[in-house]
Formats: sequence, C-alpha cells, structure tokens
Amino acid sequence: MYAFEIERPGTIADAVKALQSDGAQALGGGQTLIPTLKARLAAPDVLVSLSAIGEMQGVCLSDDGALCIGAATTHATVARDAAAHFAGLAHLASHIGDPAVRNRGTIGGSLANNDPAACYPAAVLGTGATIITNARQIAADDYFQGMFTTALDEGEVITEVRFPIPQKSHYMKFVQPASRFALVGVFVAKYADGVRVAVTGASEEGVFRWHEAEAALSADFSPKALDALSVDADGMIGDLHGTPDYRAHLVKVMTGRAVTAAT
Amino acid sequence: MPKDTGIGASDKRREDIRFLTGAGHYTDDIKHYGATTAIFCRSTVANGIIKSIDTSAAENMPGVLAVFTGADFADVGGNPAGWLINSRDGTPMKEPKRPVLAHGKVRHVGDAYAAVIAETELQARNAAEAIVAEIEELPAIVDMAAALAGDAFVHDEIGTNQCFDWGWIEDNRAATDAAIKAAPHVTTLELVNNRLVPNAMEPRCSIGNYDAGNDSYVLQTTSQNPHLTRLLISAFVMGIPENKLTVIAPDVGGGFGSKIYHYGEEALVLAAARKIGRPVKWTADRTEAFLTDAHGRDHVTKIELACEKDGTFIAFRTETMANVGAYLSNFSTATPTFLHGTLMAGNYTVPNVYVNVKAVFTNTAPVDAYRGAGRPEATYSIERVIDKAARELGIDPIAIRRKNFVKPDQYPFTSAAGLEYDSGNYDALMDTLEKHIDRDGFAARRKASAARGMLRGLGLNAYIEACGIAPSNLVGVLGSRVGLYDAATVRVNATGNLSVMVGAHSHGQGHETVFPQIVGEMLGIDPASIDIVHGDTSKIPFGMGTYGSRSLAVCGSAMVRATEKIIAKAKKIAAHMLEASADDVDFKDGQFTVKGTDKSVSFGEVALKAYIPHNFPLEDIEPGLEETAFYDPANFTYPSGAYACEVEVDPDTGKVRVDRFVAVDDFGNIMNPMIVTGQVHGGLGQGIGQALLEGARYDDDGQLLSASYMDYTMPRADDLPFYTVDHANGTPCTHNPLGVKGCGEAGAIGSPPTIVNAVIDALQSAGKNVTHIDMPLTPLRVWDAMQNA
Ligand SMILES: Cc1cc2nc3c(=O)[nH]c(=O)nc-3n(C[C@H](O)[C@H](O)[C@H](O)COP(=O)(O)OP(=O)(O)OC[C@H]3O[C@@H](n4cnc5c(N)ncnc54)[C@H](O)[C@@H]3O)c2cc1C
Repeated sequence: MYAFEIERPGTIADAVKALQSDGAQALGGGQTLIPTLKARLAAPDVLVSLSAIGEMQGVCLSDDGALCIGAATTHATVARDAAAHFAGLAHLASHIGDPAVRNRGTIGGSLANNDPAACYPAAVLGTGATIITNARQIAADDYFQGMFTTALDEGEVITEVRFPIPQKSHYMKFVQPASRFALVGVFVAKYADGVRVAVTGASEEGVFRWHEAEAALSADFSPKALDALSVDADGMIGDLHGTPDYRAHLVKVMTGRAVTAAT
Repeated sequence: MPKDTGIGASDKRREDIRFLTGAGHYTDDIKHYGATTAIFCRSTVANGIIKSIDTSAAENMPGVLAVFTGADFADVGGNPAGWLINSRDGTPMKEPKRPVLAHGKVRHVGDAYAAVIAETELQARNAAEAIVAEIEELPAIVDMAAALAGDAFVHDEIGTNQCFDWGWIEDNRAATDAAIKAAPHVTTLELVNNRLVPNAMEPRCSIGNYDAGNDSYVLQTTSQNPHLTRLLISAFVMGIPENKLTVIAPDVGGGFGSKIYHYGEEALVLAAARKIGRPVKWTADRTEAFLTDAHGRDHVTKIELACEKDGTFIAFRTETMANVGAYLSNFSTATPTFLHGTLMAGNYTVPNVYVNVKAVFTNTAPVDAYRGAGRPEATYSIERVIDKAARELGIDPIAIRRKNFVKPDQYPFTSAAGLEYDSGNYDALMDTLEKHIDRDGFAARRKASAARGMLRGLGLNAYIEACGIAPSNLVGVLGSRVGLYDAATVRVNATGNLSVMVGAHSHGQGHETVFPQIVGEMLGIDPASIDIVHGDTSKIPFGMGTYGSRSLAVCGSAMVRATEKIIAKAKKIAAHMLEASADDVDFKDGQFTVKGTDKSVSFGEVALKAYIPHNFPLEDIEPGLEETAFYDPANFTYPSGAYACEVEVDPDTGKVRVDRFVAVDDFGNIMNPMIVTGQVHGGLGQGIGQALLEGARYDDDGQLLSASYMDYTMPRADDLPFYTVDHANGTPCTHNPLGVKGCGEAGAIGSPPTIVNAVIDALQSAGKNVTHIDMPLTPLRVWDAMQNA
C-alpha cells in the first residue's frame, strides 16, 4: 500500500465534489479496492468513502413496484431486506463471498467494478434494472460494456439501483472452486411480457444476455425448452478452472437449473 | 474403557486456550526495541541473467539503513541438501550452490536478489521498488521431460538438469524386468502427483538480533526444528559458531514440512542485524509464501503392476521424474527417494520391486517434504494401479488387496523394497473397514443417487508408511548427512513440578498436552504440574525437531528414557530417606514404599530432598533431580491403514462431492485418542484437498498461475464430509518404549487414492471408459474426462 488520504462525506453532493479532486477515488466496501491497494496496483491520493452517506443506504419499494437499493448497501443487507420482495436477488446476494465480504461489499462497488465473474451484473442485466447515478439513469443493457468496463464517467457515482420485480426468478451459480466467484452464473427472470436470461463468469465480453434461451423460455418456461439450444464456445473465457467448451456447456446446464429452481 | 487421565486419556489440548484467546506468541508478535524491517526484491521472471543491480537511489531514500544484493553473500556458503543420493552409475548427485541471495542468475519467480532494511515497512517497500535490476530474461525451463532433453540448464555450472538418476534396489532391476516380461498380466498407469503449496496459516517470519557485547546472535524464526536450522547456519552457510547462535522457534502456526528447512531470509536478517547493530524482522506476505515456501509432491510417474490372472502380485516397477525446483532444499533429495522408493512394496508380499527416480531441476520454486513426503506419492501410485488391475482382471478391490497382504504371522517382514516392517495386521484393518462402510447397502445408495441424477462411487485403499523418521544407522546408510535421534531433559524442580525440555517442536500437534500425560503417568503426578519447553536452542537438548511423524515415537521415547532415569535416581534418594536399600523400594502411583512395609515417601518429598540435600550420602548420590536422554530407535515405525469413501459425481458439471469417508488406522498404542483423531482429520483435509482441489500450476514461462487464493483452492469445511475415524486396531511398535507409531501424516497419505478410486468407480458405473484422471479432480477435469470417454 502507498500512503493516501481518506474522506467520509455525508451526502452524495459532497462525495461528488470530493471526487473531482485529482487522484481521488470512491471507496465502497473496499473488498476489491483494498486488496488492489495492498498489492500496490493502484495509488489513489484520496479515497472518498461512501459508507457514511445515508441517502445511499437501504432497500425499499418504489410506487411503481420496483425494488430500490441504495448503492452503498451491503450484500448482507440486500440478502436480508430483499428476501420478502425479490427472493432471486436475495439468494444471489447471500451467496457472494463469505460473511466478511457480504458485511462490507456493496452493490454499487460490485457494479462499478464489473468483474466478469461477479454476481450482481447477472441480476441487473437479467432483470433490465436501471442504474442511477449522481448525473443520470442508465439502462442495464447500456451499462455493461465488457470486462471491468461500464458506462460510468470519471468521477460518476452510482447512487441507487432499481430492479423491476419478476414473477419468478433464480440465480444459479457454479462456483470457481478457488475464488468461489461465478465460473458461470445465470440469472433467469420471468416477467408477464417475457423471460430474460443473463450470464456472468463465462464470456470474455463480460455479462451477456442469452437471447435464444430468452425466446425459448418465453414460449415455454421449462428446462426442456432449452434442449435444442447450444451455446457457442467462441469468446468464452478459458483459464485454469474452465475451458471455453466447459463454460459454454455450463451456461446451458445452469440456465436449466435456474428455471427449475425459479420461484 | 477410555481413561480419564494419563496415557490413553483424551485430555483437552491445553495450548489451545492461548491459541484461541489470542495469547499465543508467534514470531511476528515479537516486538524488539529499535526493530527494523527487511523487504526482499524478488524476480518476476523464472529464468534470467542478472546484468546489473543499481541500489544507489534506494540507499538514499528516507529511513533506509542497509541494502544487500547477492554480491554481499558471494563468499559465504550455500544452503546444503541434507541427503547425499548417488545415481545408478555410482556418481554423486549434482549439488549446485543455493545462495542467500541470487547472484548472477535468478532461477524462479520469487527468487530474491536484493533486500532493503529500513526503519519502517513502508520505507523498506518504497526503497525496494527503487532498486533497478537489469535482468535478461531467458526461456523458462518448466516441464521436466523437456528439462532432461534440452541443452539449456537451470544451473549452467553442472551442465545438466538431472540432479540424480537413482535406482532402488538397483540389484533387483534385472529380476523385476524379467518378472514383468514373463507375467500373464501387466497393468500400466501413467500419473501425476500434483504439486502443492503448503499454505501454513502463519507465513514465514524471521527476526535477527546481534549482541555486539558478546559477539553473539539470536534468530527467532518460524521453524519446525531450531537445532537443525542452527546447525545449517553455523556449519554451512554463515560460519557463526553454534555457541554464538541461539535459534528460537516460538509458537508456530502450522508447518506441514515447509518450515523444516533453512531459508535464505534467515541468514539475511542475521547478517543485516550485525551490519546495522539493530534487530531486523522480515515477515512474508501471502504472495511470498506462495512463491517461495518449499512446495510439495510434483512427481510424474509410470507404474506397472505385473500379476497372475488370479491377482497375485508379481512385480511393481516405477519410473518417476521428481521435480526439485530451482535449488535443492534441505530434504528434497530424500523425499522422492528414501521416503518414496523404499515404500513401493506397499502392504504386500510382492516379490519384485524396482523404482527409478530422476530428480530434475526446473525454474520453479524448490520442492521438498510436505505432510506425508514421498509416502503419499508411493501410496498413490501403488493403490491406483492396484485398482486399475483389479478392474482389468475382474477381481473385487478388497479381495485383490487381501490376497497380497503381508499376514500377521509374517512379522518382522522384509519387503521387496528393503524395509523391515516390525508389526501390523492389514486384514484386521480391512475387517474393521468393511464393518464401517456397509458395503451391502452400497447398491441401494447408488440407486438413490442415480434417482437424483448423480453417479455414486466407492473407493478403497490400503497404505503403509515409514515414520518416526530416525534410526541414524539406517538413514546414514541411505545417505543422510545428519543423525536422526532425538533428546529430552526432564527437570524435576524442588517443589515437585516439572519442566521437560524436548527436541521436538510443537506447531499444532499438541505436545504440550500429550507429553505431560505420559510423564505424569510414569511419575504418578498430575500432568498439570508438568510443562513442556521446546523451540529454544539455549534451553533444550540437541534434538532434530518435528516432521515425519517422529515427535512421539522418537522424542517421546527419549522423554520416557529420561523419566526412567529420574525414577531410578529418585528411588535411591527415597531409599536413603526410608533407610532402606534401593532394591527394596517400590515406586507406584507417585509413592516410594519399602517392600513389605507401610513406610513410604511421596515423589514430591523426594524432589524436595534432592534439592535440599541435608544429610545426603553425597558420595553415592548427587544433589538435584534432572536427567537427559538421547534416543535413537532401531527402525522406522510402520503405521498402516485401510480407507474407504463414497463420492457423488454430478455428470452434468463434473463436480465431485465426498459423501462419506472412513479411515481405519494402526498407529500402535494411542496416547491421546482425541488428538490422534484430530491429526487424522487434518491429514484427511489435506489429502482430500490434494485429490480434488489443490494444484500449483506454472505456465510455460514459469509464472505461477495459482499464486493466490483466487486460483489455488484450499479445502474448506463444506468440501469435506463427516469422517468415521477408527484407530482401535493398533498393533504396538515392537521397538520403542511406548509402542507408538506416529499419526501426523497418515490422513494425507491414505486419502488421495481413496478419492480417485471412488471417482473412477462412479464414472465406470455410468459406462464411461475412464481409467484415470490426474489430481486435482476439479469439475473441469472430471467433465473433460467424461466427454472424451
Ligand atoms: C473473498 C472475496 C470473495 C468474493 N466473492 C464474490 C462473489 O462470489 N461474487 C461477487 O459478485 N463478488 C465477490 N466478491 C467481490 C465483492 O462482492 C465486492 O464487494 C465487490 O466486488 C466490490 O464492492 P465494494 O463495495 O467492496 O467496492 P470497492 O472495493 O470499495 O470498490 C470497487 C470499485 O468500485 C468503485 N466504487 C465503489 N462504489 C462505487 C459507487 N457507488 N459508484 C461508483 N464507483 C464505486 C471503487 O472506486 C472501485 O474502483 C468477493 C470479494 C472477496 C474479497
């Protein structure tokens, strides 16, 4: 770690202001950023902690029935407070990392980071959620732009995420054995007007929608509907833990299992 | 009947109170006045020529006290290998120098070529970053076969990458070849014993102190054997006289072998402490642990089993390439040879065994003994090929093993690999195993699994190991450059309590609990009044430390002998006090009694008398009550066992779940069943980890791909089943006073083949023609194997 300053603003406005200074960087739960600092892979001059901003905390329902989650809300809080409204999302949050990670890590940090093996991106893309920042609202389909890349501008802060609540949903995660991030994770969400399927962990382009499965499942929401489909291994990640072929295969298996388990 | 105190009782581990309440004293917890920090510059390439190292900027940075490079140690000695192995042609192994800091060349990622000493860690890290090393990268030598065939060398001065080409027993080679040629059935298996990272919870840490007034040094370090470290530093590396160097290993948070060895960082902190006249501390971070702790295993093996059609074994023949990494670590030449080749007859009466091991230098971290050390490699090869042979011949896997077991009336039994097994009863172990596993219910369980889409497999294994690593005579013949006895001093204090100074080192094993149970029972006193002192060369007698499941069998025996001497002397004192002849005095339950009378004195009264020798027959008895014994056993000890497990394989993902695991072991007599069970659990965790999860992988450039917990899979609680552990079948060791054999490594030795055999069984049950998968059996590998079958 190199030496740095830390600030803890109490409002979004103050945070945005603090982030305008040279070498400033937002700090969510620090579960990604702190290890990066320890390894001397990043050297911000100022860390702007978002943890004291009340307006970025908590889970609630909006008037139009969407589930709104403050961007500085921890995974543990989502696991607990979303359970009654959106079981698929609560289940996802409850399987991120371990208790220590869930008690510190935040949904905003996870989405800003956009690790290709992270869980939340599958839920956000799989529900067509909206990312709300200090400056604008970004549709999920526009937000994710490849591994570790998002639509966020320099200094832009995610303040909230709004999820349309599906009739049925589930997240099926096949863990990478060492890190227990998603080797392949599939979020399936069934709405009155159709099914969305988003896949994380598998592709070199980061989280993606599996459109063929969406069409098939919209017609018949059962694992059998996937029988005729297959996933192209081209562009899938290959590493110690999974070849492209294996990941492509797992996408189909996990999608089927998510459909079976959806509630 | 389980006892509630003394030998055989499950006393709770007294040391756990301090470990669990944060009151332990690990090396990094030690704070010295004026302490400074050492940080190392480590190679990021696997193989390279050091063209230049510019330390000028670093030297002038704030807080920097000293900078060292390899040149500063060019004239001191190398860190030696402890065993000399001769090749088949009689030539000695190649022993390139292992320097304190790399000089001329870096030879693996993580190889240290410079070090900075500064007031604070931050200053040291900043200065280390400012050191500019020009290193010309060379192609990495990673694959062992390529290393042997190629003409680029890890150590140019030896002109080869082959450390040795060893044959065991060379005289049996021709007979084994002939037997295999003539055999009605030969089963061949090629396999890899995967490289492991030891992953002790506590990373290595060393503090050097120099006392200018006495020209003496103290090294506090994470070691399993402080005397060995002192000997290596004194006699080989730095030439500090042993009487001027104290080595202290305080609480140590796990070793698993990786802390047996002397490492360059220890020499560096001593040299630095002398240079700057202040204490110097280095604490490894987790990345350094991954890159530089001696790794384990890493064998590539071809094994053949020749047998009759009825499954009678005729011969085992093995060819192994053993990776020793970039430098020879202290035990690295013993592990693939005498801890592996000598066990290649397993539990069997097979008449012909021949083992060939080529040790190979590569641009990877040094490889050395890791929990089990050589014996897991032997067991894995033997028990995997037996399973394959049984399948080929259509013989039940238990029946084929029983058919070839050494029988109880054959002891002492000299195996075809040259060891003399003193005791055992492998059929009895198998009987107990069969009782536990409910084989009759397996078909129903398999069906129930199938109903959930899962493939269930049953895997079995029998193992034998040689431990209580000692007999100096034997290891001397086998090439050891040191003796392997151990020592203990029993000091009875005037007020009747005891300090027992032992050469073994406890870093999780529970010596502080078990050793007092034994001495307490022998003396008839409360174990709570006995404390074990270990880990400090200025306090303990010269012992060889803890590894190879030797602490109880070797050091515990020394302690028994010293306690016997205490009893003998105390009898004399008691006789004097009771005005009787020593021959007429009995000692029982802590009381000395004159035979046939009610005249008696207690052990405590005798102790007091020893130190207040008023009216003492000084010409017959010296004052004081303190005795030392060195113990060098007659043989290794030979624990054995029979293991079984059931696994479920998910055919859609390749994921393996261990459903149940039974470990039946013969450890001889048991001193503390709870601690033995705990040792087995720990070993099983590591063995199942090796089988399913763990694997250190280098890429072609010699970069360690699995260099953090993001990619190196440690076993976690939910990866492991509940175990059934049974060690009631003990056959006592015939040659040590406690009849004990050692239990520290068994779990890690017996479990990997058990698991792999079970997974193969599961896949075969689904009609998949999969005969072998290399460990770790990750979901990817299992799924891949199923696709190609
Ligand atoms: C052991 C371990 C296991 C894990 N397992 C999983 C897992 O299974 N699945 C999974 O999905 N994740 C996993 N994670 C990652 C975890 O979910 C992190 O919480 C997450 O990646 C980052 O969130 P954070 O709040 O900690 O962000 P930080 O680490 O604080 O920040 C990450 C990045 O986001 C930026 N940032 C933070 N908050 C905001 C914001 N509101 N607006 C804009 N930018 C912001 C920071 O500047 C930084 O660049 C694991 C992490 C660890 C350490």
